[in-house]
Amino acid sequence: MAFLELNNVCKSFDGHNVLSNVNLSIADGEFVAIVGYSGQGKTTLISMIAGLTTPDSGEVRLEGNIVAGPGPDRGLVFQNYSLLPWLTVYENIALAVDQVFADWTAEKRRAHVDKYITMVKLSHAKDRLPKQLSGGMRQRVSVARTLAINPRILLLDEPLGALDALTRATMQDEIANIWQTERKTVVLITNSVDEALLLADRIIPLTIGPGATLGEAVPVRLERPRNRTALNHDPEFKRLRALVTNQLLGFNAARKTSITKKLIRPELLPEDLDLPRVNRPPRRLGEEKNETLSVA
Amino acid sequence: MNKFKFDWLILPALGVVIVLTLWHALAGKKVFNPTGDATELAAAIAAHPEAATIDKSRIAKLMTGPVTVEQTKALPADLWTSLASSFYEETRVGLIPDLPNVIETWVSSKPYIVDPWAKRGEMDQGILRFTWYSLVLVAQGYAIALVIGVPLGFFLGLSPTFTKMFDPLIQVLRPVSPLAWLPLGLVLFMRAGPEAGTYAALFTIALCGMWPTVLNTAVGVRAVPQDYLNVGRVLKLSRWKMLTKILIPATLPYMFTGFRLSLGIAWLAIVAAEMLTGRPGAGGFLWQEYNALIYEHIIFSILTIGVVGLILDRLMSLVEARFKAIS
Repeated sequence: MAFLELNNVCKSFDGHNVLSNVNLSIADGEFVAIVGYSGQGKTTLISMIAGLTTPDSGEVRLEGNIVAGPGPDRGLVFQNYSLLPWLTVYENIALAVDQVFADWTAEKRRAHVDKYITMVKLSHAKDRLPKQLSGGMRQRVSVARTLAINPRILLLDEPLGALDALTRATMQDEIANIWQTERKTVVLITNSVDEALLLADRIIPLTIGPGATLGEAVPVRLERPRNRTALNHDPEFKRLRALVTNQLLGFNAARKTSITKKLIRPELLPEDLDLPRVNRPPRRLGEEKNETLSVA
Repeated sequence: MNKFKFDWLILPALGVVIVLTLWHALAGKKVFNPTGDATELAAAIAAHPEAATIDKSRIAKLMTGPVTVEQTKALPADLWTSLASSFYEETRVGLIPDLPNVIETWVSSKPYIVDPWAKRGEMDQGILRFTWYSLVLVAQGYAIALVIGVPLGFFLGLSPTFTKMFDPLIQVLRPVSPLAWLPLGLVLFMRAGPEAGTYAALFTIALCGMWPTVLNTAVGVRAVPQDYLNVGRVLKLSRWKMLTKILIPATLPYMFTGFRLSLGIAWLAIVAAEMLTGRPGAGGFLWQEYNALIYEHIIFSILTIGVVGLILDRLMSLVEARFKAIS
């Protein structure tokens, strides 16, 4: 039995079909990346796994039990960090820990929070408010908050999307390290093929809507730990990258349509300024022309 | 640094000077028209023991009039007092003769400012003492407004059904002036005995001051980002914890905007309430002095009410800014 299972999951919003017939099966301890274009329902998919939205039809099962609502067994790292701005780094994590491990002693909970703050290297900033942190630091707090409640599965919803390229690379390495040590089941949503290849065991492309579904999975059998620089020259990496990229581009090409538009060329003849100002229309050379445009 | 001082000190001061000048130009002043016989008047002046010291050149004006208050200073004070009643008729001149001018207002209000805690009688007390009475009443009414307004705002923000039921009603009640609520308050508490006026005043302040808090809290609750609520849902926070740990902190900046506006309105309402109930306080004093025909004190009361209102607003702004800065 798979650890996490999605069977024929469909979801529409306001009659707009977002996801249809999504089937997914993830093994315990597996790192799966779902790659797709923006606005095609990636966040909807992960919200359904998290239980924040319910599917219109089909079911989401975690360890055989149907997911009926959100819960701390599925740790969700939000796209925009979702730190509570009035709480410090420590308090943000403590809020989660105090709630989930309510039966622990205060001392044990405090040590637990500190452990995760240290893990994401934020001990020096534990008393700062989120607005006093950089984007990368905020994301680390968000990851620490999620890991600290010890979820059965980690759901990462484009966690690095808002970061600059350099911070993003650093954070990717940190996520890889954390996964190496914690060995949790992870579902990563991303729009970066490189990021998926660097981190995941398996990449599943998401097709383009309306009615997006999951495409054919691509297993990534690159050796770990993966080194970003070395990977760039690895023929297997190049092959996988081309494969996934082409698959994603293929979705897009299939949807391409062309429209014909009537255009008026903006060519003008110079005006004869000696003529009287009235009735001195600029003359057009090109007149009209039909042009076919491809729309992505 | 210089520029800074210019902005917050020099320019506002300039504005005040301009308005004071304008006020003074429009206002009337007291003059005395001679009515008695000029010869008798001259004789009366000459009879005074200090007659030799009086500046002769300044006396001529006293004979023809109209005589301003400054011109009367040519004579010794006791002489003028005795002359004024029998030889002069007091009147006011100017664009708006009955409007007291800046100097008259200051002279007349000075006892209330230099001895702000004095209590000379029920309606003759130092200005800080009056202000204090008003502030105490406002604080009580404001507290009632917040205690009712905040939960009401939360209900409105959380429940669309509740909003649809009561929002139209709130929109109808909100623009009603304190002056309109007070008589109703008096009727409601008619049987409460001597304290009826106080209860009616509290009723008015609470009812008028409540709406900004109610509406701002409701808007704030609706504006809580879904992400914050999702954090709570993932953690399976109880309803109570969701309220105290997420909803209330996330709404606080909006609530404080409401609190500030409510305080402003509560302070507006106090004047109306005191005027109609005749309680001692900044507003009651104003009305009393109008009835007593001491117009200087009306202007003095207006300025006091305005300054106190400004101070209250600034204090609330400071608190509000603290909460705004966090989120």
